[in-house]
Amino acid sequence: MGYTPEMKELIKVVEKTRPERIRKIKNGHSYPALSLEARTKVLEKFHPDYKPSGRKEILVGPNKGDKKTYPEEFVDLLHSRSRLSNIEDFEKIIEKPDYETDVLVIGAGGAGSSAALTAMNHGQKVILSTKLRQGDANTVMAEGGIQGATQEVDSPYYHYLDTIGGGHFTNDPKLVKALVTDAPLVIEWLESLGMMFDKESDGRLKVLKGGGVCRRRMHSSADMTGSEIMRVLRDEINNNPDKITPLEFSPAVELILDSAGKCMGAVLYNLETKEYYVVHAKAVILATGGFGRLHIQGFATTNHYGATADGIIMAYRAGAKHRFMYATQYHPTGAAFPEQNIGLLITEKTRTLGAEPINKHGEEFVFPLEPRDVEAASIIKECIENKNGIATPAGRLGIWLDSPMVDILRGPGTVEHALEAKHIQFMRYNIDISKEPMLIYPTLHYQNGGIEIDEWGATSIPGLYAAGEVSGGIHGENRLMGNSLLDINVFGRRSGKKASEYVSKGVKFGKPSLDHVKKYNAELKEAGLGDDSIAPMLLPDYSNPKVREKQLTALKFGTLQ
Amino acid sequence: MTTVKPSGDKPNLPPTSRLIEVFIMGKSYKVPETLTIQKAIEWAGFQFIRSCGCRGGICGACPTIYRTKDDYKLKVGLACQTVAEDGMYLVQLPFVPVQKAIYNIEEEKATLAAIEKHYPETFRCVQCNTCTKACPMDIEVMQYIAEIIKGDYKKAAELSHSCIMCGMCAARCPAELQQFNVAMFIRRMYGRYVLPKAEHLKNRVEDIEAGKYEPMLDELQQVSSGELVKRYKEREWEPEPYEVPDWKPKDTKYL
Repeated sequence: MGYTPEMKELIKVVEKTRPERIRKIKNGHSYPALSLEARTKVLEKFHPDYKPSGRKEILVGPNKGDKKTYPEEFVDLLHSRSRLSNIEDFEKIIEKPDYETDVLVIGAGGAGSSAALTAMNHGQKVILSTKLRQGDANTVMAEGGIQGATQEVDSPYYHYLDTIGGGHFTNDPKLVKALVTDAPLVIEWLESLGMMFDKESDGRLKVLKGGGVCRRRMHSSADMTGSEIMRVLRDEINNNPDKITPLEFSPAVELILDSAGKCMGAVLYNLETKEYYVVHAKAVILATGGFGRLHIQGFATTNHYGATADGIIMAYRAGAKHRFMYATQYHPTGAAFPEQNIGLLITEKTRTLGAEPINKHGEEFVFPLEPRDVEAASIIKECIENKNGIATPAGRLGIWLDSPMVDILRGPGTVEHALEAKHIQFMRYNIDISKEPMLIYPTLHYQNGGIEIDEWGATSIPGLYAAGEVSGGIHGENRLMGNSLLDINVFGRRSGKKASEYVSKGVKFGKPSLDHVKKYNAELKEAGLGDDSIAPMLLPDYSNPKVREKQLTALKFGTLQ
Repeated sequence: MTTVKPSGDKPNLPPTSRLIEVFIMGKSYKVPETLTIQKAIEWAGFQFIRSCGCRGGICGACPTIYRTKDDYKLKVGLACQTVAEDGMYLVQLPFVPVQKAIYNIEEEKATLAAIEKHYPETFRCVQCNTCTKACPMDIEVMQYIAEIIKGDYKKAAELSHSCIMCGMCAARCPAELQQFNVAMFIRRMYGRYVLPKAEHLKNRVEDIEAGKYEPMLDELQQVSSGELVKRYKEREWEPEPYEVPDWKPKDTKYL
């Protein structure tokens, strides 16, 4: 395997211009960044969010009547009916819980896990339900790092400015303040849990830049930062089996409210035995992640198998509004070759370490560290408008990411150490990324928007909190690198704390109810929607359509058999 | 060459693509060549609940055991990262039974005794190197076990850092070790007790808890939108250390 002879020829062009590009960078003459005005221009013309096709209005629920249009794959889910089709049966079983707990956390990725640990530390009994295995989440796939103003030449003030500017000044200011204030606290917490941060010999945290940030603020654990955070949090949870009960392969499919509208639990679905479980809880924290597996605009994705927007759908039926769901993040550098790796994440850290995006003539065409949306749009422009992309044997287009520059700028061996997981991944296909560039193209990466929350993760529904990618407002229209591994911990911890305080004050519940689901179904019916689709989706369907046609007696409910 | 429209996760097969025969749990299926094992199984008609996670080689959900044509060797790879081959026999391992040690990190020490207490079977290693051969991440598993037996937390932590905890080492180990679990314990202990603490982080946390940055952040929330944009545009840009070593900003008012 490895690159084709044609591609190898094109790589020679990149190699030829490399020494001169290195010389320029060392003299402080990198390719210039765009002005705010120029950013807007390239976004409007080339960012997939600005395409009028593939978007729809929302016709039911709390966001009905928004002037914005949203990705149709997402709207189709909002326009789908509940999995609980025989709802009268469910109304009977929700009175008799299979599990009772103080706090129910839905989703066991980074946000859910930090929320569960925090609730536990505040004396609560926790059930941690998750669709797949504990820790199966986008958190494990986050590579580059976690932001936090920990260095003397930096401060939360600059972190705030970078974050809100990267989001085109649309972010919710009080959420940004919470994010940047808690960042060093989170990093210290993870350090105390035994996370292996990259450090100097005296203990100083190593830091790098990310796109759109003015100070070096990215903390990492090689290029497996999210994986390291996740395995540490999971290990800590599993050290406390008498306080936190994980329920794997049991995604939530509907929230339970009481007669007064307070959230008091959820209905879970055991994917293996097909049973439904009823959980009664005094407070619920939603941490179900984003919508990458909906393949917005037909894009390949960096996301986990389970990223199907379940939480936002359930909360929406219960009355929680969402915001910024019109803004989708396409990561500038997804793999475009080999075909087996299509859409997989190539961490932004590759560029923070010095690698430049290079066109087929061996030229730079964009500042390597623009905010993500601007970087992605510029790469699309270079391929589509300027026709300077490199074609793959499968007919895709891509741009070189000149990773060999990293070892030249920072010393031999840097790629193998600082990008260890990527190095292994490409070596499997006989591509040594310390010697040959990678071919990249933007890939669907992150749901910028989500459920509206306050600075403590509280939603508009009493007793319902949200943390992580399922929530919206922190990043406005565009998230910066390293702010996601941060936000899952900041708002996981904040919602865990606030939910605990809410529970500790003593909550009284009326009769458990699914009236909100019935009401939503009725609204769908009135709009002529929801006949043929079921949500939450739970898992995408990648099975072979030709096989599906022959499964003549198989019952399919939504995308699941 | 015409370029294709994006099509989600669907494999984009070259026009010359031919069908190959793979034996999924011993049963023959015809799938197009070039697909990963994961996509080949889906092509055959399966929908995953177990044995599928990140689909990107980092979560450890899809370890697959296989033999290729005319080769006695038992091989291991991640289904999402390994290309299916003609004549391949394969099975996925959805779970590895292990017993994770329950411990309170606050009360532990990074000693040999701690390893003896929590994972005593580690010392039964017979140095057969099967674990290393079974690792889909090409980690020197037996080597890090040797370092653990010596009590070298640093070397063991560094050698095992790229572990994705798929469990194949433990599944294949004739001495019944739980390599990936003892390595997890070692790494946390190393991060907590062996790596020096970040002093500057401690100072920053104290400043935050004392409310030092509250007025600065409140100021940013109160200024006009024009002023906010102006301050964003005028941020001083820290150069890379290979451009300017030991850089200090001119404006220190907000540090």
